[in-house]
Amino acid sequence: MLRGLLTLTWLEIKIFVREPLGLIGTVGIPVLMFVLLGRMFGRQAGTAARGAPDLITTDLPVLAAILIALSAVLSLITIIAIYREGGILKRLRATPLRSHTILLAHVIVKLLFTGLTLVAMLLAGRRYYPATIDPPLLSFAVALLFSTFSIISIGFLIASVVPTARFAQPVGTLILYPMLGVSGLFVPISSLPPPAQAAAHIMPLTYVVSLLRGIWRGEGWAPHLSDVAALTLVFVICTMISARVFRWE
Amino acid sequence: MSQVSVVQVSAIRKAYGQLVAVDEVSFDVHQGEIFGLIGPNGAGKTTTMECVEGLRAPDRGEISVLGLNPVRDVYALQDRIGVQLQEAQLQKRIKVHEAVGLWASLYKRPVDGDRLLEQLGLKEKRDAWFMTLSGGQKQRLFIALALINDPELVFLDELTTGLDPQARRAIWELVRGIRARGKTVFLTTHLMEEAERLCDRVAIIDRGRIIDVGTPAELIRRHAPDQTVIVATPDGASAEQFRLIPGVESVNSSGGRFTIRGRGDDLVTRVIACVADNRIKVTDFRSERATLEDVFLNVTGHSIRN
Repeated sequence: MLRGLLTLTWLEIKIFVREPLGLIGTVGIPVLMFVLLGRMFGRQAGTAARGAPDLITTDLPVLAAILIALSAVLSLITIIAIYREGGILKRLRATPLRSHTILLAHVIVKLLFTGLTLVAMLLAGRRYYPATIDPPLLSFAVALLFSTFSIISIGFLIASVVPTARFAQPVGTLILYPMLGVSGLFVPISSLPPPAQAAAHIMPLTYVVSLLRGIWRGEGWAPHLSDVAALTLVFVICTMISARVFRWE
Repeated sequence: MSQVSVVQVSAIRKAYGQLVAVDEVSFDVHQGEIFGLIGPNGAGKTTTMECVEGLRAPDRGEISVLGLNPVRDVYALQDRIGVQLQEAQLQKRIKVHEAVGLWASLYKRPVDGDRLLEQLGLKEKRDAWFMTLSGGQKQRLFIALALINDPELVFLDELTTGLDPQARRAIWELVRGIRARGKTVFLTTHLMEEAERLCDRVAIIDRGRIIDVGTPAELIRRHAPDQTVIVATPDGASAEQFRLIPGVESVNSSGGRFTIRGRGDDLVTRVIACVADNRIKVTDFRSERATLEDVFLNVTGHSIRN
């Protein structure tokens, strides 16, 4: 049923690594940014000891994690659009490969690189961020991969309706990044104007922020089951719609 | 040639919104032949072929391929057919042997990929990225991918479009090689020369409808029976003799060249006899047969080239 999944996934990993700037852009740049920011603020936070502001101890890692996930999703949207425009999807579909196998291979590749970037970032960040912060990294990684999985379904919905590869990246950016604005990461949702508050509650990224922040702070999964439920719902709805409207050519 | 049909298409129709791409299309493909669906761009060739391959479902009509229903049994069918799609691409940075390896991993009984690459002249390109291949090399790779499962029936859609004449001839040889191994080939082309040289039988399609089906020679005899003989002679009075030949319909002269048109398979014989009987001094002699292009023009009223 999933014939060819492993072969295709492994191939797509190799092909991705061969892209100019593929690996550097996906893994290198986020890690570099994180380290640079850490150098600028991390020591400060360390010396400020217990008074370390939330911005650095929690929100910066959460923001970085979300940016990794978003860039993975954007790159997925672009790849799907290019594959469709070039007739690659159609060519693959005219083999015993099942349609969902082709898409699943790409999702696995993106999750893999998201995980890799996160690990690289945490390892690199160790030196610059205060040792007093001891987040549950495994749970955080699981939460991030779960969130990415959910956002990817939004990505597929965008990829389903965007006509050409040229528009895929900008349209994806225009849809995904503004969600971040009302997600509660920069401004607490309670201090947003009422219409924006209403918007925040239907934006999937709001639940991603809530989940990642909570896990990072060590609150555990129990208080965030509603976030998990919301993101699962997003995944189910988006997958159902894109299964209907997705175009292979 | 055996007359077992491996493909049976009866009265299929496919519309995209208001546009009817294919209407009332019926034909059979016989086992072991090279069958060509020929017509201009936009005639419905690819739509028809993709319905037969199971990539599209016709709105109406019946299709049977190797005894299977291509829509319902698409996965069973895919194991037994090989497909080359029009204007398909692969990942830019996939290596030739990786593509062949991926395809081989998808089928139950794949043939040896390296030997296939060697047969198709791609051995040296084994480690090359897809994006670095020439047009002819890409098409040969697509043929390799279409043959990896040792299929009984191979679909080739506009295989030589965009290739230079030399690469085109090389591909024709490969296609004849596929037939020589006992497989059936179903191809589409808008190149009448390709159809005439390569196909055992052709179906002419225009504006979504099949005009006629037959061997190239049959179609020419049926729809473009005129023969043309061109005789170059300094003897200006010979035009009168040529006009007296039975079956001749017109004689035109220009600069000492007479173009004689007429009907009947033995027109050439009769012109030669006339030249001999009247001791006409001939400096050049040539006969031209009608081609599938003439057939197309005669049956559709418009040229295949737009």
